[in-house]
Amino acid sequence: MEYLVQQLINGIQLGTVYALIALGYTMVYGIIRLINFAHADIFMIGVYTALFTATAYRIPFPLVILISMAVCAVLGVTIEKLAYKPLRHKPKLSALITALGVSLFLENFCALPFVFGPDPRSFPELIPIKAYTWERYNLTVTNIFLINLLVVAVLLLGLFYMVHYTMIGKKMRAVSYDKITTSQMGINVDRIISFTFLVGTALAGASGVLYGLTYASAQSPYMGIWPGWKAFIAAVIGGIGNIPGAVVGSYLMGISEVYATSVSSDLGFGIAFAILILVLIVRPTGLLGKKTYEKV
Amino acid sequence: MGERWSLMKKFLIGVVVFLLVISSPTFVAAQKAKEIRIGGIFPMTGGSATFGKSSKEGMQIAVDEFNNKGGIAIAGSKLLIKAIYDDTAGQPLQAVNVCRKQIDQDRVVAIVGEVMSKNSLAIAPICQSKGIVMISPASTNPQVTQKGDYIFRVCFLDSFQGIVMARYVYDNLKLKKAAILYDNANDYNKGLASFFAEEFKRLGGQIVSSEAFTDEEKTVDFKAQLTTIKANKPEFLYLPNYYAASALITKQARELGLNVPAGGGDGWDSPRLAEIGGKDVEGGVFSNHFSKDDPSPKVQGFVKKYRGKYNSDPDALASLAYDAAFILLSAIEKAGSLKGADIRDALKTMKFDGVTGKISFDQNRNPVKSAVILQIKNGKQQYIVTVSP
Repeated sequence: MEYLVQQLINGIQLGTVYALIALGYTMVYGIIRLINFAHADIFMIGVYTALFTATAYRIPFPLVILISMAVCAVLGVTIEKLAYKPLRHKPKLSALITALGVSLFLENFCALPFVFGPDPRSFPELIPIKAYTWERYNLTVTNIFLINLLVVAVLLLGLFYMVHYTMIGKKMRAVSYDKITTSQMGINVDRIISFTFLVGTALAGASGVLYGLTYASAQSPYMGIWPGWKAFIAAVIGGIGNIPGAVVGSYLMGISEVYATSVSSDLGFGIAFAILILVLIVRPTGLLGKKTYEKV
Repeated sequence: MGERWSLMKKFLIGVVVFLLVISSPTFVAAQKAKEIRIGGIFPMTGGSATFGKSSKEGMQIAVDEFNNKGGIAIAGSKLLIKAIYDDTAGQPLQAVNVCRKQIDQDRVVAIVGEVMSKNSLAIAPICQSKGIVMISPASTNPQVTQKGDYIFRVCFLDSFQGIVMARYVYDNLKLKKAAILYDNANDYNKGLASFFAEEFKRLGGQIVSSEAFTDEEKTVDFKAQLTTIKANKPEFLYLPNYYAASALITKQARELGLNVPAGGGDGWDSPRLAEIGGKDVEGGVFSNHFSKDDPSPKVQGFVKKYRGKYNSDPDALASLAYDAAFILLSAIEKAGSLKGADIRDALKTMKFDGVTGKISFDQNRNPVKSAVILQIKNGKQQYIVTVSP
């Protein structure tokens, strides 16, 4: 029993990593129907930003998160302005291919020896790890895990509040619902789209810091690829475009990946894809996704 | 213009090529053979560039040693040795090209190379068919020496590393229950894991848990596997993976309260291991080809020479290349001949006390030699013991 609970804790930990990345995918998709493949690489930049600032300056953890979020947000908005905005009224495929191009550029540019280099680096210990063991049940949680949960909870509540109870959130929902009508209401659609990128990529930056904190290393500039794919699948499972769906999908993925691995460690990696296929067969729009009709 | 011009052009090109050939050093060398030419084929650019650099430097020290005592006597006259180095860029195709160039153009009598198994596998058939001895310093894939009886190597195979660690854990550390966590997408990791398990069980130990993950480039969370491993209560954690993954796994094991000793193979041989793993990899033990802290005079003599020439410490690859070149030159000396078959026959019977251990060859031209066990102490590698087969 305690074994299953310990694995549940491990699963929640993994789901937390996926959740913040998945939110960025889902928000951007929700508003401009674009799968922003560069998102995972912005997450990678978030890890490296935190790594370099924390190595160079001894600054407290909350400040590292803010710096990393700011850098990623600026990068995200810049990419949107330079690469995606000129293609807004072109076929969707053009923007998708451009997203892939931006992703490849970020990975390979950062892998150059004079940028980040391709070698693994160690992440500075921002917070000394403490493990709390509940001897009676042989359960262990670390303070890092608790900090992860706390940061994600704060960010999720903030995001929820912003989307549902502020004017800019209302505008975001309106743009997502119908761009043309919204622009006729006098809302600057371009600005709302930029703002969505800003929020989504800032979350990826925060996620990068939590990742570095949890796994204590940055493997290489290609490190975003797999967390990115898993988070993207999580967003699709939850219903892409749906914010609570991305969170539900992420935890579902994290927990089932861990349980599958505990049954047979050869299975773990593939389980994400198996769940994706199952969910899409039963609910083609994802768990919380709404049915949409193609307007003709 | 037209046909006449193109005939003229062909003639001119022919003349130029002829002049180039007869004036090239190769042509001249082939005429008089006043030196012994040895090829060095290594990856000196690309992702494994450090392997190539170390190998070249190590090999050159062996060549210098022979030249300093006047060279090698062949048919009554002493000849100096000239090493010819070529870069493969880590690519099999390039390896094949430079191998052909060294044999046909430079007329080398034997080749030291390649480092990476895939490249050694590519050039071995060429050396075999031309009757040129090839000795690989560091290719651990079993198939390399199966390409023919002119192909040798001086490094131990992965099977031996697994066996050495199993014996060290069982006999020296006296631990009887081991768990393994390995990358099932890489032959190196899989091989080490299975050889360790086999030997550990043969000795009477128990593998309480054998877990895998897929591709260490993609995986960073090992807690699911480690929780399973912890539930089976091992006394030792064998991690035959490369340094980055091994460090991460050890860290996460400690977080979960799994505080048993950990260890691995020569994939642990990097300063990054301690950088990433920090205090969590302290006390970790692993098998390796060589330690610069090995107190034997042979090793210390080599370290001193290497420092004097290159102003840095030799690594395992430099030492292996040194041993490969030294044993090859000794075989040529013993044979007193530059014929491939003579060198091969002499090499088969060599017994050599090298920097990376006592080397002799079995019937498959693989070395029978020792390995060293190293331990991480205060973030540095420390020499523990030499284990003989």
